Amino acid sequence: MDAALPARLGEAQALSWREGASERTLRRDGRRWSAWTGWVLLVFTTPGVLLLAIEPLTLPAALICFAHAYAVPRIQAARGARAPVPIGSERSAARLAGTDERAERVALGLLGDLVTHEARELVARSGLVIERGRMGTWLLGEQGALLVRPGGRRIFCWCVRIAQPEELPAGDRVAHLLLALREDEEGFATVANLQFSGAVWRVRRLMDARSRAALAAAQAEAR
Amino acid sequence: MARLVRLDRMGHTTLAEWAAGDGAGHEAAVAAFRAELEQGMVASLTRPDGSAEVIRELPREADLVVLRRPIAGG
Repeated sequence: MDAALPARLGEAQALSWREGASERTLRRDGRRWSAWTGWVLLVFTTPGVLLLAIEPLTLPAALICFAHAYAVPRIQAARGARAPVPIGSERSAARLAGTDERAERVALGLLGDLVTHEARELVARSGLVIERGRMGTWLLGEQGALLVRPGGRRIFCWCVRIAQPEELPAGDRVAHLLLALREDEEGFATVANLQFSGAVWRVRRLMDARSRAALAAAQAEAR
Repeated sequence: MARLVRLDRMGHTTLAEWAAGDGAGHEAAVAAFRAELEQGMVASLTRPDGSAEVIRELPREADLVVLRRPIAGG
């Protein structure tokens, strides 16, 4: 390889069988997720409506159908909302037993050095790092990333983490993802596993208050 | 002063520091850099504009080079 050329994300190159993420694949995947959600609604709502039309006494069965139509898309959105794992949250490495408090502070210090003043404040408030990219505005946590697309209406939720995270402080885990994202945004999105795509409000309502504040900032940045 | 930093369980560890005209310091940093790459670490050069670049050789004029572990889909 020519040392003068910027190297692509090696982790993405290793996934030769996986299609590289791009504007085109994001648009396509977004449409597929919308179609899937519409299909789920149709599949569960239609029998419920038919049952009620044929025999009103089948209301309990119809309600089960409607409950599925509500629950399945909600569960999928919940998976997306849980993907990033903010620093200091319930599933954070900083909350594990035996955590080295000094290492956590050192890691947060370096992470703070890598981001802007505004992003540093948002990390302190939400545990998530905001980063503007070509594909949209990203929010990074310890185990995943959210991408708010330009316009601020659609979100993509990915699971992505360090291959061997053992003993790494929470701040370092986020710093790993931030550096990888900055190195190669498309490669980062290729390596990450897509958990959900849909309207931002579907994810926002399932987040805690800290994460909602970060999502609002990302939406404002994406508009 | 340029820094070569590894993200690790201590938060981070500064492996080497060198000044622009410090040839010996840079050579020591290059040796540490190559040893980390052989261990599977990924080197990320942070540019002044906030972007980053994967590097295989340690530039003398770098400001901050961070060694990180590879990432994977969750």
